[in-house]
Amino acid sequence: MKGLPAALLMVVAMVLHGAALAHKPSDSYLTLDVDDDRIEGRWDIALRDLDFALGLDVNQDGAITWGELKAKHAEIAGYALSRLTLGPPQSPCVTVVREQLVDDHSDGAYAVLRFTATCAAAPKVLTVGYRLFFELDPQHRGLLNLSSRGVTRAGILSVDAPVQQFVLAELSLREQFADYLKEGVLHIWTGFDHILFLLSLLLPAVLVRSTASGEAWASAPSFKAAFWDVFKVVTAFTLAHSITLSLAALGVVSLPSRLVESAIAASVVLAALNNVRPIVYAGRWIIAFCFGLIHGFGFASVLADLGLPQKSLLLALVAFNVGVELGQLAIVAVFLPCAFALRKTLLYRRGVLVGGSLAVAAIATFWLIERAFDVKFMR
Amino acid sequence: MGRTALTAHAMIVAIGTLASVVAATAAPYVPADDAKVLERLPDRQAPQYRDLKRLQAAAAAAPNDVRAATALAYAHYRISRIEGDPRFLGYAQAALTPWWRDPEAPTAVLVMRATILQSNHEFLRARSDLDKAIAREPRNVRAILLRATVLTVEGKYDEARLDCGRLQGLTPEINVVACLASVDSVTGKAQPARAALVRSLAAMPDATPDARAWIESLLGEIAQRQGDPTAEAHFRAALAADSRDLYTLGAYADWLLDGNRAADVIPLLQGEQRVDALLIRLALAQKALQRPEAESSVATLRARFDASRARGDTVHRREEARFQLALDGNPKAALRLALENWNVQREPADLRILAEAARATGDSRAQETVREWLTATGLEYPAVEALAKPDRAGAR
Repeated sequence: MKGLPAALLMVVAMVLHGAALAHKPSDSYLTLDVDDDRIEGRWDIALRDLDFALGLDVNQDGAITWGELKAKHAEIAGYALSRLTLGPPQSPCVTVVREQLVDDHSDGAYAVLRFTATCAAAPKVLTVGYRLFFELDPQHRGLLNLSSRGVTRAGILSVDAPVQQFVLAELSLREQFADYLKEGVLHIWTGFDHILFLLSLLLPAVLVRSTASGEAWASAPSFKAAFWDVFKVVTAFTLAHSITLSLAALGVVSLPSRLVESAIAASVVLAALNNVRPIVYAGRWIIAFCFGLIHGFGFASVLADLGLPQKSLLLALVAFNVGVELGQLAIVAVFLPCAFALRKTLLYRRGVLVGGSLAVAAIATFWLIERAFDVKFMR
Repeated sequence: MGRTALTAHAMIVAIGTLASVVAATAAPYVPADDAKVLERLPDRQAPQYRDLKRLQAAAAAAPNDVRAATALAYAHYRISRIEGDPRFLGYAQAALTPWWRDPEAPTAVLVMRATILQSNHEFLRARSDLDKAIAREPRNVRAILLRATVLTVEGKYDEARLDCGRLQGLTPEINVVACLASVDSVTGKAQPARAALVRSLAAMPDATPDARAWIESLLGEIAQRQGDPTAEAHFRAALAADSRDLYTLGAYADWLLDGNRAADVIPLLQGEQRVDALLIRLALAQKALQRPEAESSVATLRARFDASRARGDTVHRREEARFQLALDGNPKAALRLALENWNVQREPADLRILAEAARATGDSRAQETVREWLTATGLEYPAVEALAKPDRAGAR
């Protein structure tokens, strides 16, 4: 036919010829059996796919023989394993192919790789990173069958979800509670912004405002008075952050994390400066409460990062919160006697209260700038 | 910071399905003989593969070159059609990697991307690419033709007809005729559509085999729906022009099965078992003839549908509905699949499987859906009309 672009009619013909004639697309089948720090794997990869990637049909006769496949075994093992990561990305499990076989699936022959992966530690959560064929065929899928301690899970690894995590150890409720409790304690101990905020508010608790001119502070009359002051601040802080932690963890409220983190830093600056130039004294528990609300959002983001078990959401939430309170109480238990003992010294009043607070304010200002403007000064 | 969210959508998959997919295979083995042939590949000396090699080299030499990339993608797409192998759709997508997610991709890429998307039954996304392409280039013939086709498959006949009209004067008359005939033949104008196609075919004695096969096959299908015995001659003429035209093989096999000529289906489809849609027809013929091979064909199909479900595909619902209904004795599942399929695509074959499943389950609402469609479109398909007759509901 004159003038008709050959390809054009083909497009029409092919498209009009319906869309549903396809046969099975490209899948590989990955079976993992996790036993402590060892993973036994079986990976079935279609010969058609391997041929497209590596050219198995060396003599180009349209048939792949066992001889041709065998000659490529080393290449196949290297190609496939370099596209599979098991375990934490920083220190993945070391994977070695033990043997290569052949199996027939419903759509043709597959190479079967049996391999063993040895991990640094027995994974609680196994990360599977899968990249096979994605650059050649974005419609390829890795169909994963993962078993551990008699529990089997399935997953589909695709170009849109190439890295996935699988929780292996189904912990008992008690173990889960203990786990989240520990995380709560650790978080308050390692989260310096929370500690510094709390300590800044507690430093003046062993003192009272002085009535004598020239002196800003006098010693608290009794341990009991100091204790109640601490009690009010800690309780207000606890109450406030429990409220927002729960609301955020349950998905009722959410705030952008940059805003939350910046506000937390700002709260530390204000609490510290209040010790240098006292504005609020008796009402410090109010500060603790108001800013405690913000700190609660900060705890919630940590909890979200840990991953909340859907089945026992409330349990994890309570455990984490209790952990935070226990960690906090431990800090107070150490702080209060020491501060009470030192309250009359110049070291405490000038060095710790004023000097320390200034240092805290300086550090927190840094955080504030970093977080608000999303820049990094310190590592 | 922190850990990535624990496995999002992937976990929904039924473990049982996947386990059965792996279990469906025999035990892996080490072949005893180096000469043992494990897999046969399509003939790489065929012209489409030689084209492919050349285009692969060209695209590799010029990464990010739109022309080279779309040409390569098209070559892959073409093979996916010839072989019925969806792997090549993935390769075609890979050729477009630099632009695959770009909503403002160059027009040639938009059209090629739409071509791939509609093959995966992503009609909405395909049309949105085509709308954009046609807005930029209102005379882009390929884009208009493709959109007309997608609209026809979706059963949006008025819009499809408008697109066919837009082609007037932009492309050889045969394309316009074929475009309109595709719509007319399913909207109550089967006879004029046939006449127009016959005239066009007569006017192009030097038509390429592809084109001849396509038009003869279109004629065969229209005749088949009308119950006209000349369908046979059209299918044969189509296969004479292109003996491996998978679509015609399927349509012809259906014609033979409807005429109780299962014995003729076996030699026709032997050797095309890789293509699910053809294996279904072969299995139906084997079953009708009570051949022992029927069992293994059914097992293979079951394994393939299991595998496709395990990967989360929904592309083959029409085929799977037919399989469930006619081969696996599961009319309820067939009806569910046929209805889901009907929500996406509305070709006569989609209506037919829906009518068959509705009839088998005695589902009067689904039958009503079929009747409404027949009335609304004017589709001439007596066999489907008979299936959807209310007084026959539940009878069987």
